[in-house]
Amino acid sequence: MSATPVLDAEPFRDADLKKGSRFWLSPWHLVLLPIALVMVLPLLWMVVTSLQTLNETRHYPPTLLPNSLEWNNYRAVLQEAPFARWFLNTLIVTVVVVIGNLLFCSLAGYAFARIKFFGREVAFVLILATLMVPFQVIIIPEFLIVRRLGMIDSLGALILPNLAGAFGIFLLRQFFRTLPIELEEAARIDGCSRLGVLFKIVLPLSGPALATLAVITFMWTWNDFLWPLITIYNPDHMTLQLGLATFQGAHSSTTNLLMAANVLSLLPILVLFFVAQRYFIRGIATSGLKG
Amino acid sequence: MAASRVQRAIASDHTVGWAFAFPAVALIMIFGIVPIIWSAVISFQRTNLLSPPVWVGFANYKALPDDPLFKQSMVHALIFATLFVPLSVAGGLFTAIALNRPIRGVRLYRTAVFVPVVVSTIATAVIFLWVFDPHFGLANWLLAKVGLGPFGFFESPNGALYSVVVMTVWGWIGFDVIIFLAALQGIPPELVEAAQIDGARTWGIFRGVTLPLLGPVTMFLVVWSSINALQLFDEVYLATNGGPGTATYVPVFYLFRLAFLQGVAGYAAAIAYVLFIAILALTVVQLIVGKRMVYYSS
Repeated sequence: MSATPVLDAEPFRDADLKKGSRFWLSPWHLVLLPIALVMVLPLLWMVVTSLQTLNETRHYPPTLLPNSLEWNNYRAVLQEAPFARWFLNTLIVTVVVVIGNLLFCSLAGYAFARIKFFGREVAFVLILATLMVPFQVIIIPEFLIVRRLGMIDSLGALILPNLAGAFGIFLLRQFFRTLPIELEEAARIDGCSRLGVLFKIVLPLSGPALATLAVITFMWTWNDFLWPLITIYNPDHMTLQLGLATFQGAHSSTTNLLMAANVLSLLPILVLFFVAQRYFIRGIATSGLKG
Repeated sequence: MAASRVQRAIASDHTVGWAFAFPAVALIMIFGIVPIIWSAVISFQRTNLLSPPVWVGFANYKALPDDPLFKQSMVHALIFATLFVPLSVAGGLFTAIALNRPIRGVRLYRTAVFVPVVVSTIATAVIFLWVFDPHFGLANWLLAKVGLGPFGFFESPNGALYSVVVMTVWGWIGFDVIIFLAALQGIPPELVEAAQIDGARTWGIFRGVTLPLLGPVTMFLVVWSSINALQLFDEVYLATNGGPGTATYVPVFYLFRLAFLQGVAGYAAAIAYVLFIAILALTVVQLIVGKRMVYYSS
């Protein structure tokens, strides 16, 4: 069932890695160590600063090792801003959008891949066309439509427009077309409905493609900023990203609290990244090669 | 009898096909296709999104060449793209090649390079505002150790745009690395071995085998990064808010302010469409040039 090597294989194989440990002294370390430091140092310094006192942050040269760990910074942040609420809002929006995309893009992707229906080609071309149009072109009318639907300043504004997308339909359609059609035909002859074929035969074989779509949609939705910025005003309805931006506006001088808030905002997605790193990498690699 | 059953099956295909596709197609129609057309209509109107719009013909488009802020925004976007695209693509290729070496600790290095990909833009901006703080930031302290600086970074009218470039490359390079690394690992080892047997050296293999096979992926990343670079918004809004002064104004930031803060939505829609056409033209040129340079197998 391997459709493309990227979808099924381990994200990155290192056949030579297991053979020996004789590569300790490779000159490539001289290249990789500085690169890795540049990538990680800003994040580490964020964590260090989040545990400093305000005086330590206002010091030159910078305080690399704080005298004591100020865990109270985190308590202060949680008291001052509804981070739990923002986390919950983001989680609701992201989970609903991911599930919506998996469901609606599976249905549409399967129809476009396997069912011949009136207007199929026209509809598919129109959908693909939306992939080419940048977000800033549609943002003003999209705002007007969502306002007319009475959804401004509600989580619905973040959910409804994103429940299905051209990217997901295209990705799944391409994947479904690589599956052996004989299985589906046999099931149809045995009296299985189209819906039954999709859910009992096609989707169980499509784990890697569905995982890719889930990961990409998750990252887009979780980190989205411009759309929530335009549609949400009430702090109780904000997402983590928008909430953090307002927190930044109010606390630009208390750097230690700001960094603690930043750590809190990053914690969920970082934990998920380390738990499911393989799926993240595979999802990104696939989206790139398919794009 | 048989014919009518076939007919009925085909008829049911139309119904079932549309039933399956309908939810997604309807959503994309309402929130994708309709806004594209509506946006074109708005670009011929004067509207603040609240009172009824007034038809103004091509006035919005005609006003663009005389708008210094629009020109400035476009120039900033071009400077940004000219720096961001080569830095992230070439830097990503170089890093991916290094991360493809079978050395100890390579997985740790990879994770370090990948992590910023999942870090949101706002979190990145908050971090870099602090790292680039002119007085207490890590960057000026480290640069002073090698005799450089101090710099104003985001607060300096001449340096702000370049600081945004550095921050954005930090946030996006992991994406390029992942895609290059996947492509590098997709190169059949037999090809490299065959070249070795033919007596090719490391550099020769890289020039003759690896680089041509990476052509399509490089092309994709150049096109994709250019599109995103010209649509820059989040980073500017969060790190500099267009400033100091208008030093980091870019088109999407400018049109966001016009449409949603200053009530000049018709003019903003015209900017959006001009930018869209500029991006489309650039993409077409890149694809045509790329077709001549890039080798596509099968």
